[in-house]
Amino acid sequence: MKQKNQATRISVGSKVFDVINYTLLGLIGLITILPFIHVVGSSFATSAEIASTRFLLFPTKFTLDAYRFIFSTDTIFRALGISVFVTFVGTIWSMFFSILTAYGLSRRDLVGRRALNFLIVFTMLFNGGMIPTFLVVQQTGLLNSLWALIIPVTINAFNMIILRSFFMNLPQGLEESAKIDGASDFGILFRIVIPVSLPSIATISLFYAVTYWNTYMHAILYLSDSTKWPVQVLLRQIVVLASGFNYDGTAYTDVPPPEVTIKMATIVVATVPVLLVYPFLQKYFAKGALLGSVKG
Amino acid sequence: MSSIVVPKLKAKKKLSAVDRKRRRSELWRRIKRNKMIYLMILPGIIYFLVYRYLPMYGLIISFQDYKPYLGITGSPWVGFTHFERLFTSPEFWTIFRNTLTLFALQIFVYFPIPIIISLMLNEVRHSLYKRGIQTLIYIPHFMSWVVIVSISFVMLTLDGGIINSVLESLGFAKINFLMSAEWFRPIYIIQVIWREAGWGTIVFLAAITAVDPQLYEAAKIDGANRFRQIWHITLPAIRSVIIVLLILKIGNVLELGFEHVYLLLNASNRNVGEIFDTYVYVAGLQQGQFSYSAAVGFFKGVVGLIMVVIANRLAKAFNEEGIY
Repeated sequence: MKQKNQATRISVGSKVFDVINYTLLGLIGLITILPFIHVVGSSFATSAEIASTRFLLFPTKFTLDAYRFIFSTDTIFRALGISVFVTFVGTIWSMFFSILTAYGLSRRDLVGRRALNFLIVFTMLFNGGMIPTFLVVQQTGLLNSLWALIIPVTINAFNMIILRSFFMNLPQGLEESAKIDGASDFGILFRIVIPVSLPSIATISLFYAVTYWNTYMHAILYLSDSTKWPVQVLLRQIVVLASGFNYDGTAYTDVPPPEVTIKMATIVVATVPVLLVYPFLQKYFAKGALLGSVKG
Repeated sequence: MSSIVVPKLKAKKKLSAVDRKRRRSELWRRIKRNKMIYLMILPGIIYFLVYRYLPMYGLIISFQDYKPYLGITGSPWVGFTHFERLFTSPEFWTIFRNTLTLFALQIFVYFPIPIIISLMLNEVRHSLYKRGIQTLIYIPHFMSWVVIVSISFVMLTLDGGIINSVLESLGFAKINFLMSAEWFRPIYIIQVIWREAGWGTIVFLAAITAVDPQLYEAAKIDGANRFRQIWHITLPAIRSVIIVLLILKIGNVLELGFEHVYLLLNASNRNVGEIFDTYVYVAGLQQGQFSYSAAVGFFKGVVGLIMVVIANRLAKAFNEEGIY
């Protein structure tokens, strides 16, 4: 009897625990996502409704005015075009050199492999810092070129190491049998290693693509020509202009602040591409992040 | 690699000249056999040398009075002048205090949250619900800091921001969050939590999967409730992961997110928000004091390196797995 009482008490307690736990988690999920919904909802609302509604998530009157406005000038098209260019070209560029380096360093019979690995890992622990790096970018003639967003970050040491451990975990027999058949090193890499590693290559490509799409600081550091700014810089410009001050705290007086809906729409435009690939990101990234945290 | 090194070390004295020659030609043969592999990694190595190691060489300008038209070879040497200036300037202590404060927020406010959320997620039996929550809380991690800060801006702004509208409708006074020194730190850490706490659960959830389910069964039979099960089984199981991540986080004390802080700074919160990276940016690229700001960056880099190396040694001692 006592036993049974205890069992029911536990299961009731357990039920209460579940209800509270599920509710709290639901709230956490909701709080995480509400700001995004607020921004997307407001971007489709009329300025009048935003002014009158205190807590807007879904607009009652749906309008594309904000989008029509931001797409009425070249500015956002140019910024989006630049971001798309940097993301595509940058990802291909980075993957090309990362794969070559990672595969080379994955070969266990390579003389000097440990030293070369250390050369790369050390850059994760120490770097020359902003100013000396700026001077190198300047001296290699990249200032004010879109390549300044790509070439100085060609290989991310962390991504390269993840790729390398993927390659090292491939069965050894695969390469050896190809070698016996007379395949060259490049032949083995492009005809055997890359085709069997496509999921991991997709993972790292997405890592690079998101980084390139989100690039901001390098554009601020290396591009003074505002016609070359990617969408993140434009977004920052629009939001800061609207908030009435800039980095130095001096107020903008010459430019009228953009309307709230325009800011919202710009945020959405800068965000949507990442959200579109998000389902793939989530699937692969969790794997990559784990591998990185354990083996990196 | 080790197969060459070990015999070489052991046999150094005994080897005759002929043997050594043979050994060297054997090494040379192995290098030549892999010449295509060296060709593959050559562009990558060149990249690291030019864009990673050349800047390290460039740090010598922090001992110079660097003038762009004179270059590194022509600029005069000034010894430790710039470092002395840094350590004696009042800004140094402001930056030092700000760094420690933001770091403390990272450790005491942010760090426990992913652990708590992963413990909560682990208790969810319905895998669809669990995956749904995970999908939602991972999203902000993929947004740029510009997007995160921009969304906060439009929500916190005085005119029409949703937070101030709610405050007003509840009868409170409006708060100028964005231009206030007191609100800089709360906003900073809330944004860090918003962007990273969900994503931060991944490592802990992975560690939890290694727990033997039989332990829970045994605990249930012993009458342990859910809290006691978490406290006595799940938490101890992931304790080493928690310790390792905590140590590594302490090692990265100086990495507070340059882009993030830069985006939040303005004239009214600079006093509580300035960190080494933003100071380097303003002194170097905005005011053109290349040598001085390179010295500040150098100091930060060396302290960071020492911290990370110590942290890794400690982490390895705990778990055999560091970050390198």
